[in-house]
Amino acid sequence: MKPGGGGEGSSQQPLFSAGALEEQDGASDDLTDSEESIFSGLEDSGSDSVTEEEEEDDYDSGAEEKSEGMLGAGRTAEKEFQSCGKKEGTAADQQGPPLGNEYDEDSSDEEDIRNTVGNIPMEWYQDFPHIGYNLDGKKIFKPIRNKDELDKFLEKMENPDYWRTVQDKMTGVDVKLTDEQVELVNRLQKGQFGDVNFNPYEPAVDFFSSQVMIHPVTNRPADKRSFIPSLIEKEKVSRLVHAIKMGWIKPRKPKEETPSFYDLWAQEDPTSILGRHKMHVPAPKLPLPGHEQSYNPPPEYLPTEEEKLAWEQQEPPERKLNFLPQRYDCLRRVPAYPRFIHERFERCLDLYLCPRQRKMRVNVDPEDLIPRLPKPQDLQPFPTVQSLVYRGHTGPVRCLSVSPSGQWLVSGSDDGAVKFWEVCTGRCLKTLPVQGVVKSVAWNPSPTLCLVAVAVEQSVLLVNPGLGDKLLCGATDQLLDAFVPPEEQRPQPVTWEEAAGEEHSQGVRLLVRHEKPLKQVTWHRKGDYFASVVLDNSHLQVLIHQASKRWSQAPFRKSKGQVQQVLFHPLRPFFFVATQRFVRVYNLLKQELTKKLLTNCKWVSSMAVHPGGDNLICGSYDSKLAWFDLDLSTKPYRVLRHHKAALRAVAFHPHYPLFASGSDDGSVIVCHGMVYNDLLQNPLIVPVKVLKGHARTHNLGVLDVAFHPSQPWLFSAGADATIRLFT
Amino acid sequence: MGGLEKKKYERGSATNYITRNKARKKLQLSLADFRRLCILKGIYPHEPKHKKKVNKGSTAARTFYLLKDIKFLLHEPIVSKFREYKVFVRKLRKAYGKSEWNTVERLKDNKPGYRLDHIVKERYPTFIDAVRDLDDALSMCFLFATFPRTGKCHVQTIQLCRRLTVEFLNYVIASRALRKVFLSIKGIYYQAEVMGQLVTWIAPYAFAHNHPTDVDYRVMATFTEFYTTLLGFVNFRLYQSLNLHYPPKIEGQAAVELKPEEGEPYALDSESYMEKLSALSASLARVVAPNPEDEAEVDDFPVEGESTEQEEARQKEQEALEKQKKLFEGLRFFLNREVPREPLAFVIRCFGGKVSWDKSVCIGATFDVTDPAITHQIVDRPNIEKQVIGRYYVQPQWVFDSVNARLCLPVADYFVGVLLPPHLSPFVAEKDGDYIPPEKIKLLALQRGEEPEEEREEEEEEEDATEGSEVEEDSDEDDESQLKKMEAQRSQGKNLPVKVTAGKVLKEDKQRLVQEQLSEEKRLAIMMMKKREKYLYQKIMFGKKRKIREANKLAEKRKAHDAVAKSEKKKNKKARCE
Repeated sequence: MKPGGGGEGSSQQPLFSAGALEEQDGASDDLTDSEESIFSGLEDSGSDSVTEEEEEDDYDSGAEEKSEGMLGAGRTAEKEFQSCGKKEGTAADQQGPPLGNEYDEDSSDEEDIRNTVGNIPMEWYQDFPHIGYNLDGKKIFKPIRNKDELDKFLEKMENPDYWRTVQDKMTGVDVKLTDEQVELVNRLQKGQFGDVNFNPYEPAVDFFSSQVMIHPVTNRPADKRSFIPSLIEKEKVSRLVHAIKMGWIKPRKPKEETPSFYDLWAQEDPTSILGRHKMHVPAPKLPLPGHEQSYNPPPEYLPTEEEKLAWEQQEPPERKLNFLPQRYDCLRRVPAYPRFIHERFERCLDLYLCPRQRKMRVNVDPEDLIPRLPKPQDLQPFPTVQSLVYRGHTGPVRCLSVSPSGQWLVSGSDDGAVKFWEVCTGRCLKTLPVQGVVKSVAWNPSPTLCLVAVAVEQSVLLVNPGLGDKLLCGATDQLLDAFVPPEEQRPQPVTWEEAAGEEHSQGVRLLVRHEKPLKQVTWHRKGDYFASVVLDNSHLQVLIHQASKRWSQAPFRKSKGQVQQVLFHPLRPFFFVATQRFVRVYNLLKQELTKKLLTNCKWVSSMAVHPGGDNLICGSYDSKLAWFDLDLSTKPYRVLRHHKAALRAVAFHPHYPLFASGSDDGSVIVCHGMVYNDLLQNPLIVPVKVLKGHARTHNLGVLDVAFHPSQPWLFSAGADATIRLFT
Repeated sequence: MGGLEKKKYERGSATNYITRNKARKKLQLSLADFRRLCILKGIYPHEPKHKKKVNKGSTAARTFYLLKDIKFLLHEPIVSKFREYKVFVRKLRKAYGKSEWNTVERLKDNKPGYRLDHIVKERYPTFIDAVRDLDDALSMCFLFATFPRTGKCHVQTIQLCRRLTVEFLNYVIASRALRKVFLSIKGIYYQAEVMGQLVTWIAPYAFAHNHPTDVDYRVMATFTEFYTTLLGFVNFRLYQSLNLHYPPKIEGQAAVELKPEEGEPYALDSESYMEKLSALSASLARVVAPNPEDEAEVDDFPVEGESTEQEEARQKEQEALEKQKKLFEGLRFFLNREVPREPLAFVIRCFGGKVSWDKSVCIGATFDVTDPAITHQIVDRPNIEKQVIGRYYVQPQWVFDSVNARLCLPVADYFVGVLLPPHLSPFVAEKDGDYIPPEKIKLLALQRGEEPEEEREEEEEEEDATEGSEVEEDSDEDDESQLKKMEAQRSQGKNLPVKVTAGKVLKEDKQRLVQEQLSEEKRLAIMMMKKREKYLYQKIMFGKKRKIREANKLAEKRKAHDAVAKSEKKKNKKARCE
């Protein structure tokens, strides 16, 4: 043990100084020091041998050294030294006998325990004049000096040994390091061993080698078990033999030497093509790359900044391209594609996870889809151009009607005026001011009369406009005046009044006062009867009046819903009533319901009957036009969705096979609607012209349309306060 | 009404399909094994026509397989191999746990393996089928060949992939089958015509991959397992078709060891040999020496039902193909060390060129930089200091563009340090209505044999012309402005004398009228379409319009770009003049 201890002792002096240097560098090490037990040094002063045997107990040995009288600061260096490599430390410990007198520099006996404060951080004594206590319990005072920065600087400049001077914190004394100590510090800093003479690369001597020497390493006699056969082995062998006998262990099979690749398709027989192969849907090949995938694409394929941003914000499945086109000016700049493995993997997933299906691509020439219709030119005449605009109204023109002669036109507007126009010139011949909005006007269809029914607020006015033939006007007035009130007053749902005074002079002849505001008025073909619709929900919605007898009656006993419009059949005694979703056809003679037409619309707005009487068209607010063939079915023969907005009015031409529909989108569509006498032939419906002219105001476009009785002309009343004539 | 009550879902489509879980239970396989089996056997799910019927009224999302497919899988011998392997793994684990090393060794010796030959044969009953399906196999093998030899998958797999791809490349060189090459940002696309089938594959650029974590490598490994088997058999057959030795032999060596020694069935076993082969610089040995007389021209038999025009077109195409095959014949290329060696060597050799590189880059260099016979040196650096007279220093894109154009393009555009023209995709065949980049138009003209006009002069002329037109336009504008001024004066100045000017005869553009009428007729007819047809029609028209829009957008972008480039050029010119 002595040499080991001596070896350690020899390294003490330099170690101390290294530790001091360390402390000068930073006081932080002190903290770690204090974590160690401060008593360790006091306790085991005699456990030298134990600690030196153990390599790992370096800390303890350090503490123990201190107990021997080494400076506390030295231990930090010791630790540092050992952290460099424990092996080295032990090597230093195990080093052979030291050179020279190992006690030469060992000053532990005389002055090592100069300060008895123990292992504490020395800052605690910062504010005291002393720095600790010596063995006798006397205070050790700090050297009297208060070096300021200037002093330090001067010393640094003047003292040639300043660089090797360190302060011993325990005593507060400046210590000048010797050359050996400086060298040791340098060596340690370089990571070399502290001792110059230590050789870490000594040749290793392998005593227990594979080579058998003549002299054994140990002198131990051979075991007994090396002479007797092993029972365990015997058991093992017998077990193996048994296993072989039983056939549990088989000899190794010789490896088959077949070439890994050969001509697999040497005999291609057609029978090997199974039904499966015909059913097999081969995986679609990946699409081939386009110009945009090039490393140097044409400039137009490079995305702009916005496109890049948009691409980045899109979800990956939504993207049209799964990469951003990019340009590299030469091949050496092209990097690896980061998603290459991903793409291959996705392809793999597609191959085994995606259901496959043969899809028939619709390979249609879109031109073939367009139906072959007769050319509109061949279906002339029909109105094509706007030829006249009738201006004068100040509000939306809600309704219009043409006289049976085709010479006059009457229109009613929201501004409370009924205007009479000359068709050919567009002049307003007469204005009849009324109280309130004109809901409907209807010119008496009888050519022998000159009478207009106007629905205003709660009354129907029968107006004799006094236009045209004087005889006709006179005859009309005579007819109306010829009324003789019957003896017995029958109860009526309305009251008939004769106009007098100013009204009479303006042409109003009769007033039919209703209980509720009116909606529509329409004449029977013969010009005696007329029907009116009231805005109501009761059975009194529809009334039929006889002008000559001033007699009114309510034909229905029960209400079937809100009536939108009523119409008389042009030839037979039928009466059409359009409610919201159905059109009911009543036989007036038999007084029964003949048919109920299902319009398939949400809300019927208007209807018109073909002059032949067998066909009916219905316009609806959901921008549909339904054509009914009354002979065929109660469902529409054809539904036309030509307009983009709600239909307001529909009309049939009395002679030509034309019908028109006006809509809120401001357009009037004229269709050719030919009805054949042959019952087997379906009507031919061809749109021939889209007439535009009305401007949309308040989301309303065309409010009413009417055909000229003899010419292929069309009148349309619009929400822009104009009436337009298309010829 | 007699008879038993018919139960639901016991007939019809419900019995033709089986869900994945049921199939798995029927086969008694774990999900991983089932997946592996499906991949190997090429079984894919089917989408029933009426999903709800098949799903017994439920609308839950399920994967359906055809029952027939699953029944077909029942008889697969590989399934039992899977089970054997599972048992083997269990035994091995037990042996390890007990530290019975002898058992471990014995078990490892008897490790069960399986071969996929029969599956390849079954999936591809004829050779052509296999060639047709080679795209994915090649792409996958090329990817796996670039994987690092650590982790991810077995080293043997990677080596096998590398070997097979090199073999395939050598075949393509030997048969001169390459048709198109495309340098994309994802990798290099190659298209070769193998046995009359177009085979396209993509090879990644030779860089290390950063392996993604969200990729299941087991799936990829299973696919690769099958693909390597397939590619190996295909390679064998392809080599046979060209009378080449199958484990490929380099020409010089074949003469020495025509009879392969018994101990060495694979020359490839030696690594250096493999490297030499992968250098792609030496041609392969043939089993029977090629006889030039044998390669007599094949007589052309006119195909029935083919018009003479078609026939001529076909012949022309054939001639062009023959010419393309000999594109680089007689040229000697030298690759600088910074260019990617393998793709370039492959492409050049495919078209008959001779290629070499620096000895230190790779094995197999055939001639030196100093060789005076070198015609082209491929360089990819901004400038080169020492240039030898008598050879072109071109950038690598020249090789690829020339191959795609089927002619040796003028080298001037591809000199060192020159801004390269765009690299176009050879796979795009523009139909009319599509956008065609101007470079492509130029290229098509070149292919037709039209001489490229003197660009400079033309450009200048163009500039002059444009300037002239601008002047004219200016004069027009002047006129207009004058007129406007006069009009303004007229409207403002009340003192202008009111004057009736002679009316002009409005010229009716008859053509336009007719056009308008026609378009209106069409509009009206469209109104009369049935709802379904109208929907279809509108969809088609929408697609068409979108296409046109896109083409227009590209054209506009190009125009803007050109304008900017031109103005910059002008500026530069002016700066130079000053």
